Amino acid sequence: MMISGAEIVIRCLQEEKVDCVFGYPGGSVLHIYDALFKQDQVKHILVRHEQAAVHAADAYSRSSQRVGVALVTSGPGVTNTVTGIATAYMDSIPMVVLTGQVPSFYIGQDAFQECDTVGITRPCVKHNFLVKDVKDLAITIKKAFHIASTGRPGPVVVDIPKDITAQMCEFDYPKTIQMRSYNPVVKGHLGQIKKAVQILQEAKRPIIYTGGGVILSDAAEQLTRLAHKLNFPVTNTLMGLGGYPATDKQFVGMLGMHGTFEANNAMHYADVILAIGARFDDRVIGNPEHFSEEKRRVIHIDIDPSSISKRVKVDVPIVGNVPDVLEEIMKLMDGGFKTDPELGNWWKQIDEWRGRESLRYKQSEHIMPQFVMEKLYEVTGGNAFVTSDVGQHQMFAAQYYKFDKPRRWINSGGLGTMGVGLPYGMGVLMANPDAQVACVTGEGSIQMCIQELSTCKQYGFPIKIINLNNGMLGMVRQWQEMFYSKRYSQSYVTSLPDFVKLAEAYGHVGMKIEKPEDVEPALRKAFTEHKNDLVFMDFIIDPGANVFPMVAAGKGLTEMILAEDL
Amino acid sequence: MLRHIISILIENESGALSRVAGLFSARGYNIESLTVAPTEDPSLSRMTILTSGSDEVLEQITKQLNKLVDVVKVVDLSEAAHVERELMLIKVRATGKDREEMKRMADIFRGRIIDVTESTYVIELTGASSKLDSFIAALDAGLILETVRTGVCGIGRGDRILKV
Repeated sequence: MMISGAEIVIRCLQEEKVDCVFGYPGGSVLHIYDALFKQDQVKHILVRHEQAAVHAADAYSRSSQRVGVALVTSGPGVTNTVTGIATAYMDSIPMVVLTGQVPSFYIGQDAFQECDTVGITRPCVKHNFLVKDVKDLAITIKKAFHIASTGRPGPVVVDIPKDITAQMCEFDYPKTIQMRSYNPVVKGHLGQIKKAVQILQEAKRPIIYTGGGVILSDAAEQLTRLAHKLNFPVTNTLMGLGGYPATDKQFVGMLGMHGTFEANNAMHYADVILAIGARFDDRVIGNPEHFSEEKRRVIHIDIDPSSISKRVKVDVPIVGNVPDVLEEIMKLMDGGFKTDPELGNWWKQIDEWRGRESLRYKQSEHIMPQFVMEKLYEVTGGNAFVTSDVGQHQMFAAQYYKFDKPRRWINSGGLGTMGVGLPYGMGVLMANPDAQVACVTGEGSIQMCIQELSTCKQYGFPIKIINLNNGMLGMVRQWQEMFYSKRYSQSYVTSLPDFVKLAEAYGHVGMKIEKPEDVEPALRKAFTEHKNDLVFMDFIIDPGANVFPMVAAGKGLTEMILAEDL
Repeated sequence: MLRHIISILIENESGALSRVAGLFSARGYNIESLTVAPTEDPSLSRMTILTSGSDEVLEQITKQLNKLVDVVKVVDLSEAAHVERELMLIKVRATGKDREEMKRMADIFRGRIIDVTESTYVIELTGASSKLDSFIAALDAGLILETVRTGVCGIGRGDRILKV
């Protein structure tokens, strides 16, 4: 039976078991929206700005094992998605973005709402397509899902001209797909794995350093088993939080620019680093010259060969799917594996570093942001999905909310996109309808996608917004305080709205919390009495609170500024 | 900073060239020359890029190219025995005593004169890039009116074959 291109698009989504798309209609996608209207298998979430559609689809992926989908119109619809696509790309999030395009016979003529979508998105997608023939439509969408979700995942854009969505064609959705140019390696090289096991056995001061790759490949269970078998310390990157239980005694905390004293020292002085799904980026290892001063051996497991030996020379590269490689390692270990006796001394050293209590902070008469995070953890029993924006609050959430499970910590690590928190909450709730979702944000970030409060009202998303309000762009202010002689250039946010009234204007519950003793009751009320409401909690926090420890830009990983030094 | 010739087999899709060129500019890699044309199988293009960089940079270039979804195969030709050629068309002033001299130079370099007017020659010259450079250096710069070069293309010797 012949069906229209628009109907093919929807049928493809149904075949991929997509239960919802986040989008915004417009001229070039009207046929698709009409096809969407005629069915009820694929739900549509109408956002208030296309950027939010992509962020929500991104969080849908991050918080589940499925691929998020966004649908937008041509021209400005597409340009508005670019930030969201780049955000997903930097964190390797699988996502399919369907974009309308002007009719194919108008392309290149500066038509109304035309832009070069493939050109604009090319540097920030895993791959993109322009569909030129309705006969290619189904296979292209199949390829898009395949490419997005396999290998090192990433966003894929499919640009569909309007005339293609009107043309009629037989629908035939391929079950599988073969591409001669795209065959990611999934099985780790056995010889390399053997070498790795040998090195792990000889390690005197080892550390397991894991990143977002463990989350994306759903390897948390294997990682935990392996770490327990080895009795090695484990540190996570910002993207890797939840990949290993934060309450486990082998966990030394997050590492990097705002990592713990013990994590950064253990990483720096380790003689063997087992890196898993992480990429030694600048926020993690600090100054690379300083980092390379210590002699050590590095084993690196990653699905993406280009992440290996990119910034740090690797001795044993293992390209493959993380959980499978970890299983292989454990299989080899069963043949008689003994850790080095010096491991005990290494743990003693780590415990000494832990004794510095680098996350300790002073209470003040004001609400301390760290305190809010600790209370949030208590009140939610550590079970919430925490989305965050970007800045000090993001680091406080990462440091003080102890993530025991993967896919619970949803933030923009690579691109560092302010404004993601609220739409991320929407995406999490579509993938996990019964979840508790806390959006940890600041008065700067939240205003970058504030319009989504309206979407949340429409669909009843009961997000709990934890606004850590210090009246300043906190992280910018922190750097200006420390490195620019307190010249607070443009870091004050004056004329802030009354967030309580704002929340109420959108039909939500607003609360303003100004005293430390009110923090816990407010959170409890929000998560119980207002369980089904969106609650905007405006916490007026200590304006001087800074994030510590801190490795200043250009400094070595062990050259941390600690709160106690000040 | 060694000179490397990277050969790429890539799906002959629109935009394939911009993916490769974009990768080089986005990551700050150097392109000295780039040639591209379809192969005997019209669904595939072969691209040759002349680049330079340290071993680490070259390793990244190869890995990043392989990561592009349209790229089928990548090989660093300069890693082993290969031949390389470049074609140049050079238009020179050919008047008076220079006319005879130009003819002689073209002969010495085994070039061919493919266009003749009263005052100019167009000389076609093929060879390794260094030979083309030498030819330019051997001429009086004031007599060169225009040059155009294809950029390097290369192929492995003997059994080294880049094919799907």
